Amino acid sequence: MSQTLVEIKHLVKGYARGGQMVPVLHDISLDIARGDFIALMGPSGSGKSTLLNLIAGIDKPDAGILRIDGEDITQLSEGELADWRASNIGFIFQFYNLMPVLSAFENVELPLQLTNLSRAERRERVEMTLSLVGLADRMEHHPNELSGGQQQRVAIARAIVTDPTILVCDEPTGDLDKQSASDVLAMLKRLNQEMGKTIIMVTHDAHAAEAARRIVHLEKGELLIEPAIA
Amino acid sequence: MPDVYYLKLIFKNVFRAKLRSSLTIVGLVIAIVAFGLLQTVVDAWFAGSNAASASRLVTRNAISLVFPMPIYYRERMRAVNGVKSVTLLNWFGGVYKEPRNFFPQFAIDHENFFDLYPEFIVPPDQLIAFKRDRQGAAVGRKLADEFGWKIGDTIPIRGTIFSGTWTFTLRAIFDAKDDTTITRQMYFHWDYINEWLKQKYPRRMEQIGTFVIEVDDPSRTADIAKAIDAEFKNSLAETLTETEKSFQLGFISQMEQIIITIRIVSFVVIFIIMAVVANTMAMTARERLTEYATLKALGFGPGFVAALIFGEALMLSLIGGGLGILLTFPLAKVVGVIASAVFAVFKVSQATVLMQLACAVVVGVAAALVPSWRSARVKIVDGLRHVG
Repeated sequence: MSQTLVEIKHLVKGYARGGQMVPVLHDISLDIARGDFIALMGPSGSGKSTLLNLIAGIDKPDAGILRIDGEDITQLSEGELADWRASNIGFIFQFYNLMPVLSAFENVELPLQLTNLSRAERRERVEMTLSLVGLADRMEHHPNELSGGQQQRVAIARAIVTDPTILVCDEPTGDLDKQSASDVLAMLKRLNQEMGKTIIMVTHDAHAAEAARRIVHLEKGELLIEPAIA
Repeated sequence: MPDVYYLKLIFKNVFRAKLRSSLTIVGLVIAIVAFGLLQTVVDAWFAGSNAASASRLVTRNAISLVFPMPIYYRERMRAVNGVKSVTLLNWFGGVYKEPRNFFPQFAIDHENFFDLYPEFIVPPDQLIAFKRDRQGAAVGRKLADEFGWKIGDTIPIRGTIFSGTWTFTLRAIFDAKDDTTITRQMYFHWDYINEWLKQKYPRRMEQIGTFVIEVDDPSRTADIAKAIDAEFKNSLAETLTETEKSFQLGFISQMEQIIITIRIVSFVVIFIIMAVVANTMAMTARERLTEYATLKALGFGPGFVAALIFGEALMLSLIGGGLGILLTFPLAKVVGVIASAVFAVFKVSQATVLMQLACAVVVGVAAALVPSWRSARVKIVDGLRHVG
């Protein structure tokens, strides 16, 4: 687990608000090893979601280096970045962000539309992934027919179905009851430990952060790194 | 095949807000039907001119159609180079029972009139019977059906230009060669009224309202028309000869303003529904900003998001447009029956259907332009933060 997957050097990011530039991240430097499971914690406005967005390639930094698997993603065009995200990043959102008109199966199949897999291959992979998250019997159900925990498991299946390098999770248990949150965290741990997925998770919840190998604290856009948990 | 997946996604999205989509479709159906019917009204006005033959000319008095010409002009017309044959046509303007039963009646030269109008199919035995009976009448199928007339029936017509009640015996019912031909009119012997004029108003006898001329070469109609008019230059009744189409269009031009207004109204209807659909799509796109941002985060490009919105708007407008087109036909039939006294032919043309379809497509595309442009441009992080 020593090989560096994410290499962040002197990363700076700010947002324009009311004609003024508000700094969000100051000179962030951080290395994340392949197979690591990091929890990004910090109070609201500390920049943890911004850092996650930058690593996920859905936002661009103002300065600094951001290399993932040796590739400086800050240099990629919008189109290249979209292709890069499709094959390297799996997203898990707080509110699941599933397509309400699609069934669980179709939601998980969605990112596979960007691949060259045949229909049969897609079906096989979706069924396998939904079985992995324990929803083999709920494939034809729509999001509104599933509980929050089940919806988040569909979202996890959608995130991993393309076998991405990194899973980015933005408050994945923030909208769940205690039991569902535990199930989701257990699932993330399994994905990390058994499948070697690198996971970067933003959370407010200290209990959720305990699932991670490492906790990284952010405060006012600066890093406070804690030692590894496991 | 990914295309099926996307079509399914678009279709499901169309009916996501069922009430909103249904109301928008109802609006589209009404607009497309209204557009189709209004265009058919315009077409109906032009039905006569569209059915006009290229090889026929019409000669009338140069001053006005109201003034007649001497019947002997016919012999001089026949002598003009390029004229194949000449027949007579005179407006009668009578009333059958009540004025609301209006239909055109013409006094004709029974001997050769139907030779010049091959678009009217007259059974040979009925044509012979019509020619033999001076009081005989020939009516179109549509007119006969409308009043339930059968061969041998007596048809009393009250004259307005030629006073008195005229009694005709139905001897022939003619059919149309195709559905552009009008069969809601009545023909009878010009001799019949000429005899009457001889007795009652001798100064009006041997006069005719129009001559219909068949030419041997349709490409020479302009020269032949000129030659005919030149023949009667400086005579007591100078003539004006024009193609049958121009003659028909002359009547329509009197109503040009009405036709232009109808055309404008039909396009205003489409413009209004375009605004309604655009509003629907704008609301839809705004509500789904988070979904579009999610799609982009997953790796779908801005073009895909725009295509989803375009697809949805197009599907919505094509469903509405398709239903509208289907509904236009039965409604046009109803309108055709109600307005049969005004429009002899009230038929939805292929061109109208294509225009309806084009309108539906234009509405869909135009309605999607702004929402798709906005949604495609939205930054992922802003879209994910959006509360729909």
